[in-house]
Amino acid sequence: MAVWEVFRQEREGAPFQHGGSLEAPDLAFAEAYAKEFYGRRAESLALWVVPRDSVLEIDEPYVAPVFDRDYRRVDGYSIKVKLKEARERAGTPAH
Amino acid sequence: MSAQAPPRTELLLQLADDELVLGWRDSEWTGIAPFLEEDVAFSSIAQTEIGHARAFYELAAAELDTTADELAFDRRPEEYRCAPLVELNLVHDWAKSVARRWLYETADAIRVDSLKASDWPELAGLAAKIEREEAYHALHAGMWHDRLTRSTARERFATAVDELWPYALGLVEGDQRRILCEAAGREDVPAVERGAHVEDWPALWEEMTMVRRTVPGGSW
Amino acid sequence: MAPRTEQEFKKHVQAGGQVETNDWMPDEYRAKLIKFIEMHGNSELMGVLPEREWILRAPTLQRKLALTAKVQDEVGHAQLIYRVVEDLGKPREQSLEDLIAGKSKFHNVFHYPTKTWGDVGVIAWLVDAAAIISQKALLKCSYAPYARIMKKICWEESFHILHGRDVVLALVTGTEEQRELVQEALDRWWAPLMMFHGNPIPAEDDPMVEWRIKSQANEDARQQFLDGYVPQIWELGLTEPDPELRKDEQTGVWHYTEPDYTELKHVVTGHGPRTAERLELRRISREETAWVRDVVLADAA
Repeated sequence: MAVWEVFRQEREGAPFQHGGSLEAPDLAFAEAYAKEFYGRRAESLALWVVPRDSVLEIDEPYVAPVFDRDYRRVDGYSIKVKLKEARERAGTPAH
Repeated sequence: MSAQAPPRTELLLQLADDELVLGWRDSEWTGIAPFLEEDVAFSSIAQTEIGHARAFYELAAAELDTTADELAFDRRPEEYRCAPLVELNLVHDWAKSVARRWLYETADAIRVDSLKASDWPELAGLAAKIEREEAYHALHAGMWHDRLTRSTARERFATAVDELWPYALGLVEGDQRRILCEAAGREDVPAVERGAHVEDWPALWEEMTMVRRTVPGGSW
Repeated sequence: MAPRTEQEFKKHVQAGGQVETNDWMPDEYRAKLIKFIEMHGNSELMGVLPEREWILRAPTLQRKLALTAKVQDEVGHAQLIYRVVEDLGKPREQSLEDLIAGKSKFHNVFHYPTKTWGDVGVIAWLVDAAAIISQKALLKCSYAPYARIMKKICWEESFHILHGRDVVLALVTGTEEQRELVQEALDRWWAPLMMFHGNPIPAEDDPMVEWRIKSQANEDARQQFLDGYVPQIWELGLTEPDPELRKDEQTGVWHYTEPDYTELKHVVTGHGPRTAERLELRRISREETAWVRDVVLADAA
């Protein structure tokens, strides 16, 4: 039997999160079983059922940067000093 | 709770007893179904059937001045109105159990559909609610029917359906039988009628009432 | 960096690090995980059988529904757990074969008979309470896929305890005869319950703790169980068959008569009062439905 991955949404607007997997011979069975496993206590609003073979898993989703790429991160923007100076020039109080 | 129940209550008891006893029979697979995913699915179906039985009993209980539990458990075995189809002990035979589910759902859809037009508003409303849950049962029965019919086990499944067909006809009456023949794509044959009970029934009744009978009128 | 040596790996898990299915892991860790998780799956599956007998005998519609749903949950847990084992490399069918052949174990409590409706209440209330204590500790398991399913399992188990307690409450507020059903069941289940969390092996000697598969010492689990549930038992006017049972208010530690751990070993190695019968039921039902799995598998291939 094939393995199917089930993703579930708990609330409207919430992201779909992986719920678990199940075994079923085809889509019709997978649908019925997914409902049983992730919906029988009305704990899910919607489900995605995906054959495991169709999920591409990527272990290293980034290439370790060789050159500095701080412009992609929060710490690349240290505004504290500049902000202080700008406020002083404008004569507005810090808060 | 007597043979003199008014006709509309009589009908309710038939419906309730069918759902109750089939639910009880289907629950026998809990824990020993062919594989785990199916075990969970089959158990849910047993639970919804019993839920439907309870709803029908509650409606009947209001008419008969009793309770759903008393109707479900405290009658003598011969007082139950269920069709012989649901009484059969099929727990060791998956082909027959699935064939029964498929036949039952096919017949029940016809019956529930007609109940929606009942001039008893509570019953019509209940039928509409039940129909929504039965849609899932029908989906489940259909997927097994299709799978087994297309499989190397098709003979086994066909034999099971043949054997149970006269029992399935006994679920409905009159014109509904003709509709059932069309829906199932089968010929009309002499039905195994409601009224008599099959030999598997007394043992099931014994078991389903055994705890309750130890303290008559007790609460559990 | 992901650990690449056994030493690095141990450091990683002991520091609270988690492991995913496709991460590198030492063979010993994988083997221990499979053994431990498989036993959990077996226990869920075998735990179905003692209660299953009462599904047909439930005395009200409400009890029938609740008990069926509880047993259904357990089958569902077995499915979730065997899936984790399968992804670690041992197919479910193999786990089931090994279970039936007596090559793998399941929890001691599921080797005992259920004799009355009182057992249904006591099992759902107290056996499930004991189990949820172990399972909650597994939320911190180093193997992340197992820890994740434990969330769902613990959530569902909490319903079982409610159902069990409700059954017990109905009986203790019923007739004398009904109350006696609970007391008699509790008397029988007490010894197996006291053994449930296993020998009081110190955490530092427990290889499952070393790999942080488990993070709770057996005795800690038992103490937590006693602390949580003995007062609830007493509150209902019920008693345990252990004259030594008492809490040292100074230290907060419960004292009790040492359980018979030879019996525990004997039982879990396949010699419990109902072991053979229940494995035989599993074997027969698997045999009777083998054709269904064949059909479904063959067609799915």
